[in-house]
Amino acid sequence: MVMNVIDRRLNPKGKSLPNRQRFIRLAKATIKEAVVRSIRERNLGDVESKEVVSIPMKRIAEPRLRHASQGGDRDQVFPGNKEFVRGDTLPKPKPGKGEQGSQGAPDGEGEDDFRFTISAEEYLNVLFEELELPDMAKAQLKDTATLKWRRAGHSSSGSPSNLNLLRTMRHSLARRICLGRPRPHEVAELEAEIARLEALEAPGAETLAELELLRAKRAHMETRSRRVAYIDPVDLRFNRFETNPVPSAQAVMFCLMDVSGSMTEDMKDLAKRFFLLLHLFLTRQYEHVDLVFIRHTSEAKEVDEQTFFHSQETGGTVVSTALAEMRRIVDERYPVEQWNIYAAQASDGDNYSSDSGRCIELLTQQILPICQYFAYVEVYDPRQAEIFLSSLNVSELWKDYQTAQPTFPNFAMRRVFSKADVFPVFHQLFAKTRAAA
Amino acid sequence: MSGLLFDTGEWNFDTLKRTYDAIEEIAVGEMGLDPYPNQIELISSEQMLDAYSSIGMPVFYHHWSFGKRFARDEAMYRKGYSGLAYEIVINSNPCISYIMEENTMTMQALVMAHAAFGHNHFFKNNYLFKEQTDAGGILDYLNFAKSYIAHCEERHGISAVERILDTAHALMDQGVNRYGRRARPSLAAEAARAEARVAHYHDTFNDLWRTLPPPKAAGDKAVKPAPLARGAPHMPEENLLYFLEKFAPRLRDWERELLRIVRNIAQYFYPQRQTKVMNEGCATYVHYRIMNRLYDLGKISEGAILEFLTSHTAVVFQPDFDDQRYSGINPYALGFEMMCDIERVVTNPTDEDREFLPEIAGRGDAMAVLKEAWANFRDDSFVAQYLSPHLMRKMKLFKLENRAADPHYKVAAIHDDRGYREVRRALASQYDPSLRDPNIQVTGANLAGDRRLVMTHRLQNDMPLAEKDAKAVLGYVADLWGFDVELRGVNHDDQERYRYEMDAQPKGAATAAA
Repeated sequence: MVMNVIDRRLNPKGKSLPNRQRFIRLAKATIKEAVVRSIRERNLGDVESKEVVSIPMKRIAEPRLRHASQGGDRDQVFPGNKEFVRGDTLPKPKPGKGEQGSQGAPDGEGEDDFRFTISAEEYLNVLFEELELPDMAKAQLKDTATLKWRRAGHSSSGSPSNLNLLRTMRHSLARRICLGRPRPHEVAELEAEIARLEALEAPGAETLAELELLRAKRAHMETRSRRVAYIDPVDLRFNRFETNPVPSAQAVMFCLMDVSGSMTEDMKDLAKRFFLLLHLFLTRQYEHVDLVFIRHTSEAKEVDEQTFFHSQETGGTVVSTALAEMRRIVDERYPVEQWNIYAAQASDGDNYSSDSGRCIELLTQQILPICQYFAYVEVYDPRQAEIFLSSLNVSELWKDYQTAQPTFPNFAMRRVFSKADVFPVFHQLFAKTRAAA
Repeated sequence: MSGLLFDTGEWNFDTLKRTYDAIEEIAVGEMGLDPYPNQIELISSEQMLDAYSSIGMPVFYHHWSFGKRFARDEAMYRKGYSGLAYEIVINSNPCISYIMEENTMTMQALVMAHAAFGHNHFFKNNYLFKEQTDAGGILDYLNFAKSYIAHCEERHGISAVERILDTAHALMDQGVNRYGRRARPSLAAEAARAEARVAHYHDTFNDLWRTLPPPKAAGDKAVKPAPLARGAPHMPEENLLYFLEKFAPRLRDWERELLRIVRNIAQYFYPQRQTKVMNEGCATYVHYRIMNRLYDLGKISEGAILEFLTSHTAVVFQPDFDDQRYSGINPYALGFEMMCDIERVVTNPTDEDREFLPEIAGRGDAMAVLKEAWANFRDDSFVAQYLSPHLMRKMKLFKLENRAADPHYKVAAIHDDRGYREVRRALASQYDPSLRDPNIQVTGANLAGDRRLVMTHRLQNDMPLAEKDAKAVLGYVADLWGFDVELRGVNHDDQERYRYEMDAQPKGAATAAA
């Protein structure tokens, strides 16, 4: 009998992916809750990890018409009798005690949650489902200077290295057939025939006439072969390439934060959450996202992530130093035409009063024109939330920044009072149907 | 070099082929098995997980429930709670067996013997599979199903398709014909019948009839019986999916086709549900015989046979009822023990065997008896026919009576002279599909009137349905049926035990309510 061994190991994996997508679509509401909840526990830049989501079983139940696990008369045969004899009785376990767990589960009546892991990409898809980069940011994205070569059909002229051999030979063959260039084997046959006739000892008149005819034919073929070239310049085809501008695939994100004594750990935590979301969001839009952390008291300094969030610092607050530092770094490392620049600033709103003018000047003249988007988030200690909740009761910095808002649509500001606010605020800033920010 | 087929755990295509040939020689040549041609496919563990989610079939349509299953299996596997199967085998012609690349060569040999010959022989020869499945056509049909469902999703949207599939899956257990259809006559049989008819005509020819006056044209017509009203449902109907497909008033054609696809697939798998013990028993017995024979012939090493025995013992391990690991009777264990026991009874019977199994005791040719059993029984009838007192004692089987009214369990019978028949009967009925699945039939539809659909559940031994599930399923049915639906539970004495009603709701609402 014939037996086939087929090696399927190289077949594509993930045949079940469409099933998974359908499943996630169904369980989306729950997944979304879990995802939003999970952003609290994450590190900034920690995007690669997966997320475990548990879904209440009843939302994804597959009911069947089947017998209940209890009730009715049911006889069963068991293996491994040790001491029972006919007529022995055993007490039934009390309902709802102990046995329940192992009894209920095989019948699927348990209401356990269904736990499974979603990949980083699925996580982000859910998280940023209804969000997009602001329109004007995208418009700017288009006129970047980077160009990329792209295949664009074929042309009849070009450099030899781009010669498309297949097409060239196809055209050559077509032309040779049309113009009736003799084929090598035809020529060879004719030559052979002539040679045969010439080799005859005593050619008759008929043979000589035929020989004559063949020679004429050969002469004709030879001229034909000379005139119809094997490859003619008209046959040549070249792969054609075009340049076209591609949106720059890299972005830099500046995180500016006030770390003066007035910022508590809680407030920093709120700021961190916001930065995390923005970073995740940008990672989805760009191939490569750089992070720059600038913290400031009365002077600004670029630091690493750990220091940014965790080290304590005291001192006054001069916001403009951070803006100046950002501008300096941009000039130094991130040419505006190659990088998409995003910035998020978190502060409690305190600022050295004489700094206001300089601050707003730097912002409107130097920073906003080069930024795709600048978000200012004012964080409050949850305990102070009630005092500041009213929109009249705002900080100095808030008042100053407000003057910049009408002229720059890429500038947005929001206030965050508690952990629960972070995602909604972020959502408002980037929602697809964004109300005027 | 010795005559060993392989001497390391590593396998390659040469050793696979060589070993397969050696196994085939034993399976077909010595044991006389009759399998479909084999196709063995090598897959990685990841692909094995993929295959799990589509019930092991190489092509299958897409549905969220498979995604859910995949997510669960994957999590279990990654965390090490469960291993993967060594193989998957498909009832198709040629018979496809998947084997995993991670297996050692001994395991590959075991798997080939188990799946490519054991299961394969069973698929080809058991009457249920012959009657109810089409091994030659299943892959083509699944291909059709997959592309048809994908087409519907494209055309009508995923949720519209899911609405039908969710319902169909919920009714899958009630979507099978429990009794094989009348065998379609073969071409030869048809030809023979036509010939007989002509012969009969010639035999009874009498020229006298020609002289009768021709009947009047009008009268002729009146004699013809009126055709049955088209589509009048036949009641009661136990195949709920079939009933919905044919008679649900509001379904569109493609929706009916989807129900049909699920129904056909349910029917294809129905024999496997009824022959779990026999199928695994057959395959396990076959691999046990083959591996031992390979060892006797000096074709596999002692190391290999020990490795084989380790995993074989794990497969046929039956924990006692009071063991923590106990989760029902292991079909591999019961099946394998029964096959070995039959061999014993046929070749070396005791007086007791002669009394209990007179048909086969001492017949001498174990393979012939086994093949007969594999061809003509399913789990319940097989247990009822062949479970011997010897095996009941060996497994120490006992029957526990659980009456709802009684505060105690009662040991009704054990493995002794008074109990053998009772234990055997009880174990057989445990595998009886008509007792295992709830018996639910469509008993009324009133298509001409208010179109209320009435389904009746005949309770067996007073066992109720899982209420929450039943109501959810009823919601699905009401959604598709489009009119009111009710499910009545009826006792053996025709007393109504319960009644669930579900009003017709606007489309989609039922699922939300469920």
